[in-house]
Amino acid sequence: MTDPARRRPAEPSQAGVTAEIAALGGSGGAQPRMDYPPYRSSLLRHPSKALQQADPEGVEWFAPMFGAQDVNPIEADLTIQHRGVPIGERLTVTGRVSDGDGRPVAHQLLEVWQANAAGRYIHQGDQHPAPLDPNFTGAGRCLTDSDGCYRFTTVKPGPYPWGNHRNAWRPAHIHFSLFGSAFPQRLVTQMYFPGDPLFPYDPILQAITGARDRERLIATYDHDLTIPQISTGYRWDVVLTGPRRTPTEQS
Amino acid sequence: MTGTPGQTVGPFFEYALAYPGGSELVPRSDPGAVRLFGRVLDGAGDPVPDALIEIWQPAPDGSVVQRAGSLHRDGWTFTGWGRCATDDAGQYGFTTLAPPSFWSIAVFARGLLDRLFTRAYLTSDDVPLSIPDDRRASLIVGREGAGYRFDIRLQGEDETVFFSFPGYRD
Repeated sequence: MTDPARRRPAEPSQAGVTAEIAALGGSGGAQPRMDYPPYRSSLLRHPSKALQQADPEGVEWFAPMFGAQDVNPIEADLTIQHRGVPIGERLTVTGRVSDGDGRPVAHQLLEVWQANAAGRYIHQGDQHPAPLDPNFTGAGRCLTDSDGCYRFTTVKPGPYPWGNHRNAWRPAHIHFSLFGSAFPQRLVTQMYFPGDPLFPYDPILQAITGARDRERLIATYDHDLTIPQISTGYRWDVVLTGPRRTPTEQS
Repeated sequence: MTGTPGQTVGPFFEYALAYPGGSELVPRSDPGAVRLFGRVLDGAGDPVPDALIEIWQPAPDGSVVQRAGSLHRDGWTFTGWGRCATDDAGQYGFTTLAPPSFWSIAVFARGLLDRLFTRAYLTSDDVPLSIPDDRRASLIVGREGAGYRFDIRLQGEDETVFFSFPGYRD
């Protein structure tokens, strides 16, 4: 696939991208800017016209439903999908999914995917010359419980280089895909680890231009989640704002 | 509370999010089966080969389906939800039933920093009046063979209309 960044005559430097990031700091809202030139792949892929405001209609007041036939409980443990144990820092990632009023998003699908401890995805397109781990695929699923809580066991993903600009590195992250109780709550995002030195250099995280808003994507280390001799633990809660009306209130 | 920010789905989602049967909400042999298909294009008109399209729709009679089984379809249960990654030509395609009015669609892609929502309407009559005249056509499917074509243009003069829903992470 052709990345617009690779068509450019001169490969931009980190210093140049960092300056672009600084120039756009604080320019957006609580969500990422869609039009964010430091992330080169966004140049031709963001809408150039204003989004049209609308109320949800009909089916949009609802979300697809998932159940026990969709997700096996062992899919929440990314460390037991193969014969051996994956290399890396084993950890628990847990948290609560709620709506904007704090109500739990219960019994709903949550999907995760990530690079392995060396920063390599199993996806064929990932040509980063770091080792694949035969004992790690890096994809998992679970359903939230009645309180909206989820829990995964995995290994800490490594940072990895990418082609946005010369010497671009993504901070370590886990991709999350979530559903709420209404379709417009649909969220795909990334969870980061506290204190990652790569944060200021990363145009994907920095597309959320406010520091406090970026913090919503950074997990918290929680020693109470550690399992002695086994794993460390991180907590990360997700808020899916809306709906303002419950489904029974609409026609 | 403020909604958690979105982030791009990135380039490496397919092995995790795509799954067998994801785009087949009904078997092709279903007497009501129709094809909803199209291409995802960028601002230069080039195909987007690393997009993910999700559809969410009611049954043909307008009823909203609230049944599990979308990830492991049993061949008999219509769940109303499907997922399809675009191929190398930027094409997606679903086998499904025709809704009474529109398919609700979520779009994800590398380079797209947050998801987009659009709707594929069967007729212009149902397109909200608030949509400007010169953009309404982008929300209406084209009849093509036994199916409905709905191309998604992320950027440009003929850009597809995308929706924001007040109260939802706006």
